[in-house]
This record gives sequence, C-alpha cells and structure tokens, in this order.
Amino acid sequence: MADLRINGVTKRFGTLTANDNVSLSVAGGEVVALLGENGAGKTTLMNILFGHYVADEGSVEIDGKTLPPGSTDAAIKAGVGMVHQHFTLAENLSVLDNIMLGTESLFSLTSKVGAARKKLQHLAKEYNLEVHPDALVGSLSVGERQRVEILKVLYRGARILILDEPTAVLTPAETEQLFVNLKNMVASGMSIIFISHKLHEILAISDRVTVLRHGAVVGEVATKDADRALLAEMMVGRKVSRPKAEIISAGEPIVELEKISIKGDKGMPMLLNEVSLTIRQNEIVAIAGVAGNGQRELAALLSGMQKPDGGSLLVEGKPVTKNNPNRFLQMGFGRIPEDRHHTGTVGEMNVWENLISEKLRQSPLWRYGRIIDFDACRKKAAELIEQFDIRCNGMETETRLLSGGNMQKLILARTLTADPKFILANQPVRGLDEGAIAFVHEQLLNARASGVGILLISEDLDEIFSIADQVAVIYHGRLSPLLNVRETDIGTIGAMMGGHMKEVA
Amino acid sequence: MQLEPRENISISRVILAPLTAILAAFVICSALILWTGESVFEAYGHLFKGAFGSRFAISETLNRATPLIFTGLAAAVAFRAKFWNIGAEGQLYFGALAATVLGAGVITMPSILMIPFLFLAGAIAGGLALLGPVFLKTTLKVDEVVTTLLLNFVILLFVNYLLEGPLKDPMSMGWPQAAAIIDEGVLPALLPRTRLHIGFVVALSAAVMIWALMRYTIWGYEIRAVGANANAARFAGISINRTVMLVAMLSGGLAGMAGITETAGTKGYLTLDLSPGFGYSGIAVAMLANLHPLGVIVSAIFLAGIYVGSDSMSRAVNIPTYISDVMVALCVLSVLVSLLFVKYRVRWK
Amino acid sequence: MDWLELFISAGFWAAMLRIAAPLIFGTIGELVCERAGVLNLGIEGIMTMGAMTGWMWVFQGGSLWGGVMFAAFVGAMFGLLHAIFVVHLGLSQHVSGIGITLLASSLSYFVFRMILPDSTTPPKITPFQPINIPGLSDLPFFGEAFFSHTPLTYLALAIIPVAIYCIYRTPVGRAVRMAGENPVALEAQGIDVLHIRTGAVMVGSALMAIGGAYLTISAFDAFFFGMINGRGWICIALVIFASWKPGRALFGALLFAGLDAFQVRAQQLAGGAIPYQFFLMLPYLLSIGAMIVISKSMRYPKALLVPFRRGDRI
Repeated sequence: MADLRINGVTKRFGTLTANDNVSLSVAGGEVVALLGENGAGKTTLMNILFGHYVADEGSVEIDGKTLPPGSTDAAIKAGVGMVHQHFTLAENLSVLDNIMLGTESLFSLTSKVGAARKKLQHLAKEYNLEVHPDALVGSLSVGERQRVEILKVLYRGARILILDEPTAVLTPAETEQLFVNLKNMVASGMSIIFISHKLHEILAISDRVTVLRHGAVVGEVATKDADRALLAEMMVGRKVSRPKAEIISAGEPIVELEKISIKGDKGMPMLLNEVSLTIRQNEIVAIAGVAGNGQRELAALLSGMQKPDGGSLLVEGKPVTKNNPNRFLQMGFGRIPEDRHHTGTVGEMNVWENLISEKLRQSPLWRYGRIIDFDACRKKAAELIEQFDIRCNGMETETRLLSGGNMQKLILARTLTADPKFILANQPVRGLDEGAIAFVHEQLLNARASGVGILLISEDLDEIFSIADQVAVIYHGRLSPLLNVRETDIGTIGAMMGGHMKEVA
Repeated sequence: MQLEPRENISISRVILAPLTAILAAFVICSALILWTGESVFEAYGHLFKGAFGSRFAISETLNRATPLIFTGLAAAVAFRAKFWNIGAEGQLYFGALAATVLGAGVITMPSILMIPFLFLAGAIAGGLALLGPVFLKTTLKVDEVVTTLLLNFVILLFVNYLLEGPLKDPMSMGWPQAAAIIDEGVLPALLPRTRLHIGFVVALSAAVMIWALMRYTIWGYEIRAVGANANAARFAGISINRTVMLVAMLSGGLAGMAGITETAGTKGYLTLDLSPGFGYSGIAVAMLANLHPLGVIVSAIFLAGIYVGSDSMSRAVNIPTYISDVMVALCVLSVLVSLLFVKYRVRWK
Repeated sequence: MDWLELFISAGFWAAMLRIAAPLIFGTIGELVCERAGVLNLGIEGIMTMGAMTGWMWVFQGGSLWGGVMFAAFVGAMFGLLHAIFVVHLGLSQHVSGIGITLLASSLSYFVFRMILPDSTTPPKITPFQPINIPGLSDLPFFGEAFFSHTPLTYLALAIIPVAIYCIYRTPVGRAVRMAGENPVALEAQGIDVLHIRTGAVMVGSALMAIGGAYLTISAFDAFFFGMINGRGWICIALVIFASWKPGRALFGALLFAGLDAFQVRAQQLAGGAIPYQFFLMLPYLLSIGAMIVISKSMRYPKALLVPFRRGDRI
C-alpha cells in the first residue's frame, strides 16, 4: 500500500502562479482523478511531484516520508511512476534499452540484458501488456508505445502511477483496454493519479475527483456523487457553452483532392494512400483520427509545405502545380498550423512582425515592394490586436512570451483577415482553455458563414461534433468516405478511428 | 539553477552587460600578465597607448579595423540567418585574387571607376568562393561549417600555388608575391603620412547599408525570420533556399571586399601573409557585436585596438604577442555569457 | 610499375596508421560529444592544447604517459568550459565552440612562448618509440606495416572496440545515446541530462587532446605553431561520414589516412609535374567529398544542437 500526500504546494513562474497552495492525497488501491482545463496547473503539479520542478512552497510525502525536492531519482525510488502526455521514448533505441535506462548504476561496466529481458516478459504477462523487447520503439504503434511507457514504470517497481492525459492519443478501443489494465493494477494495491479534462473518462475510471482551476483546488468530490454537468461547472467555473454550427447549405467546391498519395521512408508504408476529398464553400469538413495516421502529411500538403507523390490537387477546379507556401497564400489559403511555436510563429520576432509575416511584399505595408512601412505595419498590427483581443505587453513584445491562447489568436488574426477562400485548421484548439476554445470556434464558424471552406483536423470528437458539417476518418493514410455529422454519432466515428471501416466502406 | 526569460529587456542592461564582460575578460587576462612578471597597469597602459595614444596609433588601429569590419559584417549577416560561414578567410583571399588579376594592369580606368570596379570584383569573387558550400547545403544538406572551414585551407594552398607560379611577380626577387596594383586602383590615403586609406570609409558605409538592409527591407526581414525559425519562415511563404543563397552572397561578398582593402589599400600587392586571420577574427568581431551591423564597427575597432596595442605592448614589455588572441577569445566568451543574462534571469534553487 | 609498388610497400601502410591515429582519437572524441547531443567545434583548439601540454609535460621532465594523461586532463577542462556554456547555459553550440577553439589555441601558443621565450628552432624531446610485438613484428611486410608501432598508435586502435562496447553495451552508453536522441526521456528515467552531456563532452574533449598530444610525443618530437592544421575540422567531417558510428569512424579515418599517405608519395612520384599544393589540397577536398557521398543517407542524433533546460515543457 502506498500513501501519497501533496501538502500546500505553490509554484510560480515569473508573475504567473501555476500552483497555488494545492493539496492532494491518494491511498493505495485508489484512483484519484485530477481534473482541470488546459493551463489549470495539472501538469505543473505532477512535475513537482515527480521532481522535474522544485516547488516554491509545500512538500510531497510518501508513506509519511518527505521527498527531497527536485529529485526525479528520489521520486522513482519512492515508488512514483509517471506516464507522460508526450511519450518519453527514444525511437532508435529498442524497447528493452528504453526500459533499462536508469535502472542500473551508470558506472557499472556491464549490463544485465538477459535478466532484464526475463523480468520484462514476466511483467508483460502479468499485466497483459505484450510488446516485443527487442523491437525498435520507432516501429511501434502509438498504443504499443504507451504500453512500453507503462511497462517502464512498472519495471522500476512503481506503486503510485501518474497518468497525464493518457488517452489523448488512443482509439476508443485502446482506451478501454487501458482502463481494464489500470483496474487490474489498482486491484493489486497500486494507487493511480489520472489526469484528464475528459469528463466521461474520469467518471468511468476514478474513485475520487480533485478539480483544479487557475492553479488552485476548487473542489473534491467522490465520483459516485458526481455527474458531467457538475464536473464541467467545477472545472470551468462558469457556464461556458461552445458555439454550435447552424445549418447552412454548402456552396461550390473550393479545394478538391484526387487520389493524393505521399510515400513514406524507404520500406515504410504510404503516409497518404489515394486520398480523395472535396471541401466546398460554407462548410467545415473534419478529419478525425488518432494522431500519426497521416494528418501531418495532409496538413503539410495543404499548407504548401510538401509535394504529393501522386494524385492531383484542384483549387476552384484548376490543378495546382507549384507547391510552395507562398503560392498557396496567393491562392487564398489560410493555414492554422498544429504547432504554434515551431511552425506558426517566429518566437524571437515581435508580435507585429509575426502579424504581417504572410503579407510580405503587399502594399501598403511595403513601399516599393521591398521596404517596410513601419507606420502602416504598426497601424495594421494595432487594429488586429484590438480586433482579436490579443493580450500582450505591446506589439513590440517578443512573440515567444505570449500565452498559448494569445499566440493562437495572433495566428487567427493573421489568417482570417487575409480574406481566405479556404482555411486549414490543424488542431486549432489544442492546449487552449474553454474561453479560448469558444473564441476560436466562433471565429471559424463566422468564416464558414461568410463563404469560406474549412478543413478541420482534430483528434477531439467533441470539437468535431460541435462545429463540423461533414466528417471523414483517417486511418493508416487512408480516408473513409465523408459522413454527415448530423447523421452519425461519436460511437461510430470512434470505432472507425480504430480501423473498423467496414461498416461504411 | 534555472534560467527564466525576462519579460522586459532594458536598454541599459544591453549596453552595460557586454562592458562588464569585457572588463571581466581584462581582469582574467591580467593573471597572465602577472605570470610574465610585468606590471598589469603598465602593460595595459602600453596596450592603450599603442592602440589609441597618438595620431599614428589611431590611424594604425583604424587601418587594422577596416578588413575586420568587412569580415565581421560577413559573419554577422550569415550567423543572423544561422548560416555558419566560417570561410571568410578563404573568401577574403578570393577577393584579393580578383584585385590582383584585374587590378595589376589588365584593365586600366581612372581611379573614380577603377576603385569601385575592384570592390565589385572582390565582392563577386568572395561570393563565388561560397557558391560551392551554399549549393551543397541547399541541395544536399551538407553541413556548411565543415565545408567552409576546409575550403579555407584549399583556397590558401591555391593562392600559394598561384603566387609561386602563374601570378608570381618576376620583379619580386624570388619572394612569392604578385604584381602590384596599378596606381589608379590603389586606395587613396585618408590621413597624410599614415596607412589609413579610403577603405575605412567604404567599410563604415557598408556597415550602415547592411544595418538598413536588415532593419528596413523585406530581405532583412526574411533573413531574420529564417535565422530565428526556419520552419515558421517557410510556412509563412519565405523561400529558405533563396534566402540562404542571398545571405551567402552578401556574406561572401563582404569578406571578398576585405581582400580588396588589403591588396589595393594596405599592402599594394597580394602575398601569402596578406591576412593574419582576419576571416577568423571577423567571427569574434561579429560575436562581440551580438551580430548587430553597427555594433560591428565598434567591436572591430576595439579588437583592432587590442591587436595593434598588444604589438607595441610586447615591444615595450616582455609579453608574447599571442596575448592579444587570448584577450580576444576571453572577451568573446564572456560577452557571450553576459548577453545571455540580458535575456534571461537566473533562479537558484 | 611505380604506383603499384607504393601499395605493396610496408612503409606506406605504416604511414597510414600513423596518420590515422590522431584522427581516430579526435573523431571518436567528437563522436562521443555529438552522440550526447553536443557539437564541439572546440576540437581544433583542444587538439592544439593537447599537443602543447602533452609535449610540455615531457619537456619539463615528466614521463611520456604522464604527458598523455596531462593533455587529457587539460582537454577535459576545456570540455568542461564548453559544457558549462552550451549544456548548462544553453548558448549556441557553434558560437561557443568557435570561441573555445580561439581561446585554447591562442592560450597554447602564449604558454609555449612564455615557457620557451626565444627558441627559434623548436626544442625536441624523446618521443614514444615503436614497440615490436613479439612474433608478429618479424613477419615479412606485415611486421613492419602493422606490428612495429608506438604504444599510442596501438592505443588508438584499441579505443575503437572500447568505444563500441561503451556506447552500445553499458548503462552509461545507453544514457549518452538517449541524451542525444531524446533528453526528456532520459530526465524522466531519473538521470540528469546535464550531467550526462557534461561528462560526454569532457571525455570526448580528453580524447581530442590525446589526439593532439599524439602528434607531439609520438609522431614527431616537437611542438610548432599551426601544427594541427585543420585536423580537428577533418575529424568533424569524419564523424558525419561515419554516420555517428565508431566502427565506421575507424574505416573513415583509415581510408582518409591511406589517401593522405598516398598523396605524399604520389607527390614524390609526380616529381613536380603537378604543383605540390594540389596534393596538399587533397585531404581537405576528400573530406568535403566524403560529406557529399554520405549526405543522402545521413541520420544525425535527433537532439544534436538542441539545448536542454530542466523544467522545460515535458
């Protein structure tokens, strides 16, 4: 049995208080859910518990003993195991290498690979988590990688398991399997902290729920006394309703994909396999699917970042021959990229410079086509900042200092005010809080109402069902036929995400 | 220890931090002076007097600074785009070759045309010297650090061959040196009875032009964006390859012009010891200036002062001249660290 | 025919090993750094430092092996400096590396001049002598070519299997590879990324310094200015050519050294028909050529050049 207590933890980053006097306890054989919006401080709290961060105040106790702050090693030795939201595996190392890392003294001259393999196989059998010990992690599916993550933690004898948004990358079927495994572990006396913002999962797996909002604990309830509505209100603090799509009839086709293919690396399967799709004016077409099934390539294609290896792309009926981002911008493509930091903005440049980055050479921002008109740029930027309510310390602020929501607003401002005919929205609300989500959805729906055709790539079925008109599922680079969102349901799409396409094919 | 980004970057810190760092470098360096048994104050006094203590000293320092401004700009422009051109030394010699081939009598024009012509030729030659590496980088993703570095050695050997063979001046009495630049091509002196020539003014105007280019034009915008985040720049519609190519031609061209100021200005003819590592020192100049084109002027004069001053210091007191390179290296490293603390604050935990 | 005789002369093969040895030390040193995610452009300066300190130790009356150890220690200290800048402070690896090269080489020359102020002809020491391996060294051809070398040459060859074993078969090697691939994963397993990277850079730099010392206390008997002459940069090219694999690094170094040894002899054979400068260019051009050949199939460590800050987004 393992007892964990977090006592009054406070953590500040500059002026932001990420955790404000947070306390939490878990007993052996118990699943405690930690619920909160993106940015509520869940991950920060777990990183303190696991020794990645040092708390400014407060402490962590396991079985009555205080953990030394800032030591991951001590946390692991005390029996804490963490399964991170983003997998912490190296792709070109084997499963066994990944798991053994850190389990032996660094200065030992030999490595007991044989014994480790036996122990791993034993564990895998006991908890029903089969993987091949010598497979390279790079060759495993997402579900298998998560099994490796869990095995890694079990291998080190964890008794307190922290799972940070573990279902984000899983299909519904894989999620169910995970829950079965977790229940086995709890039955054998382990304790689990389950972090999520998905209410139905929390209701399905936990015994107790602790709710975090703006870094502070706002309530604790036993799961049996809770329901969706109650948890939602506790989490958000007020009633926020996401905007819903009104029914409008779609117009002319804007973007058509005809049997588009993109090859994988040598010896690897196709990343996109003869994908055909039509997006019309006044409609939002959603692509559902578990991450890594070809969404990235589809997005790269429609951003102009990648050429197809086969098939053709038509814009307003005309084939596109030049694939580069600049050409796509000229054709009226607006793009909201998946990664705001790496693709969407240049962090070291100012807010205003990022706001005009897609308008290079356009008057009146540029004189003679080559010289920046600072006054015109600043005026334009000020307008956009005001219109989209981008909160920043002035337009000269470096963009990297903006919060995720404000960075996304910056990208939206840049994209939507360029009068696009078509918008690619790739995971547009990932990592945002409810207020920001509602804002982004509203903007997309407004664009749709004004005649824009939108392709929404999302892993979040709630998002798809609240704003999309049509949906197709992508699986292993193949795309299902389009379904009308109003004539299907989450269960059907969920099953298709796991590869069960037969019923519609 | 943890580093946290600062929300506000104050101007006073931007200026004070490198000054403090340079002071620290001098303090560290005084340990080496103590080892030589000389007095630290006396040594630094000689250094300062040798660099800035007289009309002659100042003219020598500015003369030395001239090629350093060019090579410093070459590095600053390239590094801003994260294009690691470490081959300014070779590009400088290519520029000097152009001056020798075209300026030693093949073409004759009045000075007013001849001098700009030589600078242009030097810039083109310097750019050409970078063409191979930039082509390999944009098409095959071959790392430019290694190619530009290794080409320095190749180019120097090539120049060596030319000076012992085809370009050897028959009047040089056996020395491996090329024919002198014709009078029309020689850069006129700025101050009478000194070696300071018009090249210094050209260097200053080059710095101003590069500064304006980086700040006010679309090219500068694109160069900065590509350097800070190439992926996002490409996503926003900027052609990476075209930008890298532009940067390379600018960088190589600037380094090539340093070859012109040395052959047509300071020396008058091409020799194998034309540059005591101006190309490499240019990197130090650019780093000290935090890659700012106008800062390059200041840091080039500063480094030139150290080099010129330490020559006269080692004549006056018994300290090996190599101390100047040590001093420069220490300044670069400490300024590098200090600039980090302008952007970040440290939290001890 | 003259050209063929070249390849069957034992002297040629012996020269190849002599040329390869310092490159092996340098390449493996750089490889260890880069496998942990840190580019070390300080290599040229650290090799100069190693050449000077190793030689100076012996010149001051120390033992030859003492010189090797001292060079390695000083090299490790410069590695530590680089690690503080790029691992702990997260500065640009390119910029810091160039700074280290600047500092280490100028400091070497300064110190050399301080200790020996007026020597015009460089003073000499008694370097490592060849050791004949009993039995094998009497073999015709092979004996002279491969079994009559200095201990430091044998050490260079021995370092390859040791490096392979350490990198692929020990816990610390696994941690180093992980630090260069996915440092976050390493951190999640309770190992301090900064310590691993610092350690790797120090060990790598020590090896580079030994490579420099090889030149002054095994291949030659004196230290002179500009003696590294781009060997460090060639090592960096060789690491890329080797695709970050120690075994291929050995192959690359030998291939390179073979061509270099050939170049020296071909120069004599050509007898002035081709200017000697073109032969001297060959090693540098070959290194560039090797990088072009490998460019298509290159797979570099994913976290190379990426600084890791504790408490970054996980």
